[in-house]
Amino acid sequence: MFKWFGKVNFSPYTKVTDFANHLKDGRLMGSRCRQCGAESFPPRADCSQCLSGDFEFKEFSGQATLVTYTTIHAAPTGFEDVAPYTIGVVDLKETGRLLAWFGETIPDDEIKIGMPLQVVPRIFEELEEIKVYYSLEKPGTTWSVSKSS
Amino acid sequence: MARVGIIGIGHGEFGRRSDATVQELAFEAYREAIQDAQIDPKDIDGSVIGSVPEYHKQRSLPGVVQEYLGLNPVPTWLTEVACASGSAAIRTAWMGIQSGAHRLMAVIGCQKMTELSTPEILALMGRVGEVQWESVFGTTFPAYYALFAKSHMHQYGTTREQLLQVAVKNHFYGARNPNALFQKEITIEKALESDPVSDPFQVYDCCANADGAACVILASEDIAKKSSKPAVWLDGMGCATASMSVLRRPSLTGLPSAEDASRIAYEMAGIGPKDIKVAEVHDCFTIAEIMAYEDLGFCERGAGGRFIEEKQSYAEGQTPVNIDGGLKAKGHPIGATGVSMTVEIVKQLRGEAGQRQVKNADTGLTHNVGGIGQYCFVHVLRRD
Repeated sequence: MFKWFGKVNFSPYTKVTDFANHLKDGRLMGSRCRQCGAESFPPRADCSQCLSGDFEFKEFSGQATLVTYTTIHAAPTGFEDVAPYTIGVVDLKETGRLLAWFGETIPDDEIKIGMPLQVVPRIFEELEEIKVYYSLEKPGTTWSVSKSS
Repeated sequence: MARVGIIGIGHGEFGRRSDATVQELAFEAYREAIQDAQIDPKDIDGSVIGSVPEYHKQRSLPGVVQEYLGLNPVPTWLTEVACASGSAAIRTAWMGIQSGAHRLMAVIGCQKMTELSTPEILALMGRVGEVQWESVFGTTFPAYYALFAKSHMHQYGTTREQLLQVAVKNHFYGARNPNALFQKEITIEKALESDPVSDPFQVYDCCANADGAACVILASEDIAKKSSKPAVWLDGMGCATASMSVLRRPSLTGLPSAEDASRIAYEMAGIGPKDIKVAEVHDCFTIAEIMAYEDLGFCERGAGGRFIEEKQSYAEGQTPVNIDGGLKAKGHPIGATGVSMTVEIVKQLRGEAGQRQVKNADTGLTHNVGGIGQYCFVHVLRRD
């Protein structure tokens, strides 16, 4: 159910729809091409290397390094209530990059390009409907701990 | 290859144009271009419209523009590549004339943006990022360029002051452009007092949403050689793309599409970056102009901050850039911008730029970026 992914979701229908189910269960998944083995994050159903459409999910560790970041003050429609918020782009240990919000374990004044981070699956607990995302946290932060904190 | 020449230019007033529809804006620029070219509109055999349709209530914009300009029944169509739509329209008309299918074409860039609210525009523009994996985190267009700015500052030591020196320069020249949205100078101190947008950007780092239109008339070589004013030739036509997603860009300190497009344009024109006497670059944010200096080869990679600090992009510097105020001071009606840049370079090469005139301007360049460099068009223009 990819519509679960994100505070506002713009693309509910996708071949990698199970990504959100895995995220809800605390697993961050990349993709792996069953033909040529190419791995990707964000996950993709169709291989850009060999053009195969045969893929499987592969769990990623979430270990990451910060590439760049910014704090958004002027927010778009649907995000005004959470502004200001800080987003970061990270290099994932396995392959690929992701963009996410910084979580509560990292105050804004401790953010430095090149710092190690942990990508942690999250659920919007204040919302009635299921909404999942991931956040950038201190290395060692786990899903279960952060969820109860 | 035969040459294609620009024989007429027109430019309307940019700003919050609550007084006009988009086709009425288009007409202002078109009328001026026809009068400038001194041609009979009946000789025009087609038009290309550069615009981004999501901003307009009117569906299928070329139809209403073509009718209002009085150009039926000759053909028209739309080009859309976000903020580079205007340059895509110019390239499409250039291709049409090169192919022999057309001989005389009107290119109109036009856009009405201010009928939408700022949060609506932020949401719409943010979705020029990848919506599946990025927009879900509330990304905005300023935020994307802010990610580049942070990366550039970290890697090359580019400073907050250097970023704002771009805005100071462009407002300096905007104050000398009667078509600009902001015709007043600013200081770094004043810019530092403006509201935060997306760190490190404040309001004065960002160009403004605007309404407006610009028009150029393109002609085949035989027609252009007989034009009333000396033609300005489209001699180097480069364009390239890069990944939609910021997550698939190995480097966040420049735009690979701009490097690729400029290499193609320089090669086609048989020149190098140091031959450019005046340039219009896509300064949607202050960092964008600094990256453009580097991507276009006006200076070394990483030296863009020093380039503006040393005033090398002022009218008297090594490569004058955005001497009309750029997107920053002119305003950025996204579909019109690429055509507006072209109008300014034609003025400069004709010696018609008045108090903004750059000396010995015989070769000019436009650099028009769509999104965060998903698309880039670099055109080299020359007079004989």
